[in-house]
Amino acid sequence: MKPTNEPDLKTTLGPLELKNPVITASGTFGYGREFEELMEIDRLGAIVTKGLSLQPKAGNAPPRIIETPSGMLNAIGLANIGLDAFLKEKVPYFQKLKTQVIVNIYGHHMDEYQELAKALKGVKGIAALEVNISCPNVDQGGMAFGVDPVVAGRLTERVLKNTDKPVIVKLSPNVTDIRIIAKAVEAAGAHALSLINTLTGMAIDIKTRRPKLANLRGGLSGPAIRPVALYMVYQVVQSVSIPVIGLGGIMDFRDALEFLIAGARAIQVGTANFVDPDASIKVLDGIRDFCNENNISRLDQLIATLQSG
Amino acid sequence: MIEQPAHTVFNKRLTPQTFVLGLHAPAIARQAQPGQFVMLKVRAGTTPLLRRPFSICAVQGDLILLLYRLVGEGTRIMTEIKEGQELPLLGPLGKGFTPPQKGQPAILVAGGVGIAPLIFLAATLDPSQYRFLAGFGTAQEIIPLEKLGFQDLTPLQATDDGSAGYKGFVTGLLEKTLADIPSQPASMIYACGPNVMLKKVQAIAGTFQAACEVSLESYMACGLGACQGCAVKTIADQKQPYFHVCKDGPVFPAQIIDWTVL
Repeated sequence: MKPTNEPDLKTTLGPLELKNPVITASGTFGYGREFEELMEIDRLGAIVTKGLSLQPKAGNAPPRIIETPSGMLNAIGLANIGLDAFLKEKVPYFQKLKTQVIVNIYGHHMDEYQELAKALKGVKGIAALEVNISCPNVDQGGMAFGVDPVVAGRLTERVLKNTDKPVIVKLSPNVTDIRIIAKAVEAAGAHALSLINTLTGMAIDIKTRRPKLANLRGGLSGPAIRPVALYMVYQVVQSVSIPVIGLGGIMDFRDALEFLIAGARAIQVGTANFVDPDASIKVLDGIRDFCNENNISRLDQLIATLQSG
Repeated sequence: MIEQPAHTVFNKRLTPQTFVLGLHAPAIARQAQPGQFVMLKVRAGTTPLLRRPFSICAVQGDLILLLYRLVGEGTRIMTEIKEGQELPLLGPLGKGFTPPQKGQPAILVAGGVGIAPLIFLAATLDPSQYRFLAGFGTAQEIIPLEKLGFQDLTPLQATDDGSAGYKGFVTGLLEKTLADIPSQPASMIYACGPNVMLKKVQAIAGTFQAACEVSLESYMACGLGACQGCAVKTIADQKQPYFHVCKDGPVFPAQIIDWTVL
């Protein structure tokens, strides 16, 4: 039963309108179907699919993940099924969903991003693109595009020119000043930004003196990174005028509210999906209950409402 | 596949290093097949953050039994789980063992706490159809199956130091067993234990032309095929060089695994 005082949780990310601000993060939610037995996927604002490349990618050698204090390091290496299988096997499922599907795209070269954008142009069931310029776990591409403002801007333009869908650019925290990249991507015309991707890190087995990840380095996620993510979101919101999606270690609705208050117009739940497949729905219910308890009728009454000093 | 809070019924020490956790999880218990596993959150909060995978050791009515060995911080926390405590549990997950064909001799080969899924398998087989071999470090480390309610399961034991049963590794006992039984029809070997043991079991299976399934262990974050963290190298498919322990396994035909990297 829908209570009469159901708050309006709608949010907009440029041209993209979501029924609520809760999105599942790329790489933590598969292609959605993996979770459908365990949670109400259609209630989500959106899902972001596992990073997609033109060709299938096998990923890195194992071990690929290791737990760290309040977090985890991963070096999956963007293992994915590639464009052809994605269109054939996954898109028909997306078309049946009542949540919006954002496709995370990734390339080794600018041309590859452009090809992916072109191939997904006009495809029904895909609401927007999230451009991954921030994966720390592949040698070529990925983060290389996300640390140089000129390259990041040019890549954004190339994707925009080849798509009819809203373009969200996912930023790396592994930079000196994330605002510089954010502004460059905004100037290039991106509709929205999502941040942060994982922080590069490593762990060593002291007995064998070998890195715990076969890839040596990996991306740190989970609650350990949340304060860093929150501050970066706050900083970026202050310096750009396009919408920002906040993510990084959100485990429950309280964490999500922090990002919204800092100015994020939507949030992504990532690592928490691994811990609890229903975590994103619990975040959504928690936000709704918080709004009800605090007489908040619209999400706007929360977004960017940080009180200074 | 069900996510439900499971009620702790008991948490008992079996040997100095191994424990059994009894969880009331009726819906999961009903669906569970030998070789499948569950993801258990051993404590609320963010330390540890992720759930841990455990093979289902037995289903007794509404109860699921999990065996664990005290190895690190996660399992140390598990030793503190109290009767009545609720723990988030997800399962049953993954692909289990392929049952032996009618008349096909089955040999179950366990190394240490790797005995867990084989106990579940043995409980579903006709006692005349299988032989159960279990290796431990010492006599003190032998997991007493009678304390788990399995008075009838009496594996042939091997200990590394010879303090009980066959002296040496369980793989030695496996060779001896295979030499003693007719080579036709070909046996089906089911194994779970350390990778070094499984590697040897697979080689022995090759020598004796027996079929072999192994249950593998891996780090994993989700258990659902989403994180792709639990990759294992395969030689079966050049296009898909990695399988995932959570979805494609944890039980695999031994001959499709690339043992050179394990």
